[in-house]
Amino acid sequence: MNLSLELEQFRQQQLTRRAFLGRASRGLGALAFASLMSPDLLQAAGPERWPGAINPLHFAPKAKRVIYLCMAGGPSHLETFDYKPKLRELHNQPMPESITKGKQIAQLQGQALKCYGPQFNFKKFGNCGAEICELFPEIGAIADEITIIRSMTTEAINHDPAHCFMNTGSMIAGRPSMGSWTTYGLGSEAENLPGFVVLTSSGKGGQNQPIAARQWSAGFLPSRFQGVQLRGKGDPVLYLTNPGGVKSGVQRDVIDAVNAINRRTHELVDDPEIATRIAQYEMAFQMQASVPELMDVKSEPASVLDLYGCQPGDGSFASNCLLARRLAERGVRFIQLYHKDWDHHGRLTEGIKYKAQEVDRASAALIRDLKQRDMLKDTLVIWGGEFGRTPMSQGGDGRDHHIAGFSVWLAGAGVRGGVTYGATDEFGYSAVEDVVQVHDFHATMMHLLGIDHKRLTYRFQGRDFRLTDVHGKVIKKVLT
Amino acid sequence: MNLRTLLLLAALPSLASAQDTTLPAKIDFNRDVRPILSDNCFKCHGFDPKTREADRRLDTRAGALASLEGITAIVPGKLTESDVHVRIHSSAKDEIMPPPESGKKLSARERAILDRWIEQGAEYQGHWAYEPLQKVPVPAVVKPGFSRNPIDSFLLARQQALGLPHAPAAEPSTLLRRLHFDLTGLPPKPEALAALPEAGKPTQAAAPNGASYEALVDQLLASPAYSERMAVFWLDLVRYADSIGYHSDNARNVSPYRDYVIRAFHENKRFDEFTREQLAGDLLPNATRSQKVASGYNRLVLTTEEGGAQPKEYEQRTVADRVRSIGTTWLGQTIACAQCHDHKFDPITTRDFYRLGAFFADIKEESIGRREDGLRVGTEAQEAKLQELTAKQDALQAKLDGPSPELDAAQAVWEARTLKRLNTPQTWTPLIATKLQSDKEAGLTVEADGLIRSARAGKDADVYRITVPWPAEAITGFRLEALASSRLPKKGPGHAESGNFVLTEFSVAAPGKDALPFTKATATFEQADYPAAEAVDGKIVGGDNGWGITGGVGVDQALYAQLAEPLVRSAGAEPLTFTLRFDYGNQHMLGKFRLAYTTSAGPIEPPQSSAPPEIATLLKTDPAQRDDAARTKLRNHFRGQAPELATLRTELADAKKQREDFDKTIDRSLVSESMEKPRTVRVLPRGNWQDETGEIVEPGVLDFLPQPKVEGRRLTRLDLADWLVARDNPLTARVFVNRLWKLFFGTGLSKVLDDVGAQGELPAHGALLDWLAGQFVESGWDVKHVVRLIVTSGAYRQSSFAPPELQQRDPENREVARQSRYRLDAEFVRDNALAISGLLVDRVGGRSVHPYQPVGYWENLNFPTREWTPSKDDNQWRRGLYTWWQRSYLHPSLMAFDAPSREECTAERVRSNIPQQALALLNDPTYVEAARAFAVRIVREGGGDIATRLGWAYRQALAREPRADELATLTALFDQHRALFTADRTAAEALLKTGLAPVPKDFEAGELAAWTSVARAILNLHETITRS
Repeated sequence: MNLSLELEQFRQQQLTRRAFLGRASRGLGALAFASLMSPDLLQAAGPERWPGAINPLHFAPKAKRVIYLCMAGGPSHLETFDYKPKLRELHNQPMPESITKGKQIAQLQGQALKCYGPQFNFKKFGNCGAEICELFPEIGAIADEITIIRSMTTEAINHDPAHCFMNTGSMIAGRPSMGSWTTYGLGSEAENLPGFVVLTSSGKGGQNQPIAARQWSAGFLPSRFQGVQLRGKGDPVLYLTNPGGVKSGVQRDVIDAVNAINRRTHELVDDPEIATRIAQYEMAFQMQASVPELMDVKSEPASVLDLYGCQPGDGSFASNCLLARRLAERGVRFIQLYHKDWDHHGRLTEGIKYKAQEVDRASAALIRDLKQRDMLKDTLVIWGGEFGRTPMSQGGDGRDHHIAGFSVWLAGAGVRGGVTYGATDEFGYSAVEDVVQVHDFHATMMHLLGIDHKRLTYRFQGRDFRLTDVHGKVIKKVLT
Repeated sequence: MNLRTLLLLAALPSLASAQDTTLPAKIDFNRDVRPILSDNCFKCHGFDPKTREADRRLDTRAGALASLEGITAIVPGKLTESDVHVRIHSSAKDEIMPPPESGKKLSARERAILDRWIEQGAEYQGHWAYEPLQKVPVPAVVKPGFSRNPIDSFLLARQQALGLPHAPAAEPSTLLRRLHFDLTGLPPKPEALAALPEAGKPTQAAAPNGASYEALVDQLLASPAYSERMAVFWLDLVRYADSIGYHSDNARNVSPYRDYVIRAFHENKRFDEFTREQLAGDLLPNATRSQKVASGYNRLVLTTEEGGAQPKEYEQRTVADRVRSIGTTWLGQTIACAQCHDHKFDPITTRDFYRLGAFFADIKEESIGRREDGLRVGTEAQEAKLQELTAKQDALQAKLDGPSPELDAAQAVWEARTLKRLNTPQTWTPLIATKLQSDKEAGLTVEADGLIRSARAGKDADVYRITVPWPAEAITGFRLEALASSRLPKKGPGHAESGNFVLTEFSVAAPGKDALPFTKATATFEQADYPAAEAVDGKIVGGDNGWGITGGVGVDQALYAQLAEPLVRSAGAEPLTFTLRFDYGNQHMLGKFRLAYTTSAGPIEPPQSSAPPEIATLLKTDPAQRDDAARTKLRNHFRGQAPELATLRTELADAKKQREDFDKTIDRSLVSESMEKPRTVRVLPRGNWQDETGEIVEPGVLDFLPQPKVEGRRLTRLDLADWLVARDNPLTARVFVNRLWKLFFGTGLSKVLDDVGAQGELPAHGALLDWLAGQFVESGWDVKHVVRLIVTSGAYRQSSFAPPELQQRDPENREVARQSRYRLDAEFVRDNALAISGLLVDRVGGRSVHPYQPVGYWENLNFPTREWTPSKDDNQWRRGLYTWWQRSYLHPSLMAFDAPSREECTAERVRSNIPQQALALLNDPTYVEAARAFAVRIVREGGGDIATRLGWAYRQALAREPRADELATLTALFDQHRALFTADRTAAEALLKTGLAPVPKDFEAGELAAWTSVARAILNLHETITRS
């Protein structure tokens, strides 16, 4: 069945049902109505709880939630997960034209293209013997838990469109991001938190490319599916804090008065929007308590803080990883962490060292922590950037943007551990074996969540849109 | 009822939106069949030949009836002979249509409709929106006491045929509030309520007196607020925003375009003219400034300043952006679908897409990088003042250039001295450091030729100490080269993001001398306020006293320091130590540099300050051989640096700066300008911009629609505009009036506002839509005429309350048998609160303003990093449409209420109901400040006791009296919070301090804080932000 039709019918039933129930009070009406829809919804807090457009799921899901560690700026695959000894041999030699001919190039347009060998050594890690750069020993230590994909490709070579493509499957602004698709399709299990949460952190090197809010936009999907940014400084959620001089009790009084009057108005005019409004005020008030509770990691034991290597409130990537776990525990469906400063056009060796310090321990800690809580089995963790970097040097000590082949890794729910999938050519230029496109990557993620990417559609401007447009193949070989 | 009406009724379809269980007796292709075929079949059997399966078309009757290898999809009247019938009922996997892998499936009812349609002869109809607009007869249905104009006749004709009762007239106060919000985006003033003849009580017609209602409509249409309200609608379509959109999302100058739109709606500019001016204002004969500003429409595209962006790629993005905008804004067509392949549902080809794009190939612009400042659009007073400042500057310049025997004598002396200097060349020898040290681990390294690099720079001040072996006797000066490097930001020479550095002190220690005295320091480039001299003044007084080069970054620069006396060795071969201080911090350190010395005679200064090469050549020429041009050059050069003219030069520089600074305060706007030679536009195979094999195309309009009657020349943007508003263009008028209807009923007559193609919605009231479109064109594209027709109709004045029968039979209100109830648009949520509070400043137009925004909201913006500076004056209380529109981070309070980012055209905003809205209304300082200002008004103007004041407040906010339960709830809240805030004065004062508005002194803080709580509650009510 067409999902947008399904949504439409849901809405219509709601309207008709509302008329049928007459002037039922909010709670009773909502619950009675919910019980007609799906037994699961009996537990729903109110009419604001979206059950998900897909009911039942297309497949048995392996993953209940996604944590996406987005390494923003474009990490060099050649200094992380894709070892190219041949490139080292050819260091400073011209890159053969046969490799680069007809390929898109960003800042190196019109320049002499010289090979730039890997700047660090690689080691074999785990029972699987995965080759990982020696700067990332903690990720190496969990090598048997992860699948490294060395054959990612993308279509956009500049940061902004590349993030947009990675998030929405399109370079044109206005399409829903994958987090929005996921919460639209599955709903969320979080009680007092949004279903799609975004956190950002900056790096030490200072190459902090901008990230636009469109990266977590709901696009043409209803706004409730947009990502909500949790911020390290100021209000963790915009407008979360009461006005000056207004204590929680005072705020509660105002909300109570608003809701009492709205409730009475609802009884008189019977408008489901009012019921929703009442529920949203409740939700807002609850968030005013639940978000600070979530952000307060002081309650975590020292051993956990130590595992991640973070100080409470330091706004670091490590802190965000810990918050991601706390969000996951609270039922948030899609958690996206942006860590910036991977844009190493120059001073790459120094830059990668900074990044390793910032993300190696924390990324591995997240996997370990999820595992020790038995949550890794149903949490899909993704690590990767919007593109990779050229095997050619830029300015003698950096690498330019690169789309023809780069690396990401996956861990957790339904993902095989200890696997290295796909390969680039010996220069690390083009993905040549088991090439993975962004749409395939999306299709695989959807598959793990129990969604057939071809069947999760939404009608906009007369067309049934998908996250994967008209493309996408599930990468079966990386799945258990 | 006459015969024509009877016929019309007989042809009436069943209820548009209710779930039909029965089949219509007579199948109507457009209503019943086209949606099924379009949704399920056209993708593989439609317009696009590349994806067409088995050569079978079902989008045309000829295609459906054609026999292909003996198989005929449809044999009219003969069900069993029709392959379509067989296929849709088949259960065989390889036979059933649509095929299972398409994910599409026909319902039993859909199959039955197709069957009956085939049985009835399988007649096709043209698509409704593509049929020529024709004169539509008005049904002769009139209901006394309800009908006001022909709109009602159209609606009643269907409603009566369906036996659908319409809602009663709205309460006058409800209607008044609705009308004000719809026409102005602002609430009615209570005086307007009192002025209603039947204020407060329903009359037999349950509506305000006809005459006065219509007068009120005219009054509101004439108000500036109407044009601001309409501008919001238009600015969404044309994706107006203050920033470029991509990556750094920097600012660009376009606000005069916004003001043009406001003015156009205010003056009720004909829509055809409005269209021409926006697409091609610059091409109109003797284009006025306003018309040029209008042509800024073409510049509202998304652009990028990202390094490594490829011009060709962004050229294509811009083409596509513009085609999408034309398609959605004027034509209601999803032309974007044809970028990579022919449209699947509508008869639009890829060639059409690029031909439309070619209309804009003449626009002068860079495909990537910073936008130009645009056309200056000063007021008369501004232009006059600018002229005055220019005259002042010219006068000083003339004085500097004028005749003067004294100066000529001084010039002769200077010439002789300089010539001598030129004939004794300075030689510079690099100094090779033997020891490098930085206080902050800058990672200093030296190369064989004396080049020194620093690997990094931090936030804190740093000092470089460089030791060199004793170089030579009788050193007269030192040179510090600050060198550009591709590894540094903006190529350096500094580490700062801007490429700059600030050398706060440069000193040299020799054995026995801590700091050698210098007589002067000059440089190849000196930033204003950061002259080279400050680097050798011996003062260590913080970051602002030193040499900097903003304005001269990215290239090599050098500082020349002249020693007070030649340096002589005291004893032995002892080293020299250079100290370079960088007290400015914040990465303002040198990244690449070199030291050198000279023993040449003075003056020690940059070669060009002695004489740039050209002047040097002239000086070396025998004076008798110099021609007039040479003499002028020499004189100008001399006067440009002669110490005796310093004061005059400073005056001139000041005058120049004054003029430039003033110039910057004058608004500018990006406009269209046509180039002689347009860019080449090709059809891009699969939309791939790197593929240059496609056909080169010239401008052209959609092939399937009537063509412009122009021959023998390339079509222009003006031709495109003319075509959009041509009488035989079936789309533009329909699309526009459909959207107008939406503004006043909440849903379009055809509800898909951005697509009136095959995948759009066949309007239930198609005849009404066509009639309105006809009215629009016939009236001379008169927008106010159509608006007036709509809001004076009986239908508009209905109640939005749906009796159960209506609710059940027509839940989506497609029959318009009632009005609608919905939340105000984002900007009007804000405007409403400001109006109620009395804070609203109703100034029209001007640069965009900055309402309070959470600190750090822009933390993820970069190149450069930016802070939002909230407006510090009454701009804080301007209407929402003037808010600075940052595409990548739209103001969060507007965004919470679904204002679009305006990266793409928005014909219809989503209308959500989310917790962020509650948080914004409760906690955004704008709303808290509005509440406390409202509280002041309640106490000052609301009368004596609590109930009277609450009554007054309700009339302000909701145009009605409070209910008993509301009085009780709010009185209780007031009493409780008065006690609480009186006891906690600090809390009361903190609350009352929110925002910029002054806090009145003559109030008891506890009481005012309690009224603020009440005001907050009222501003947060669902009803307050709802139009019904």
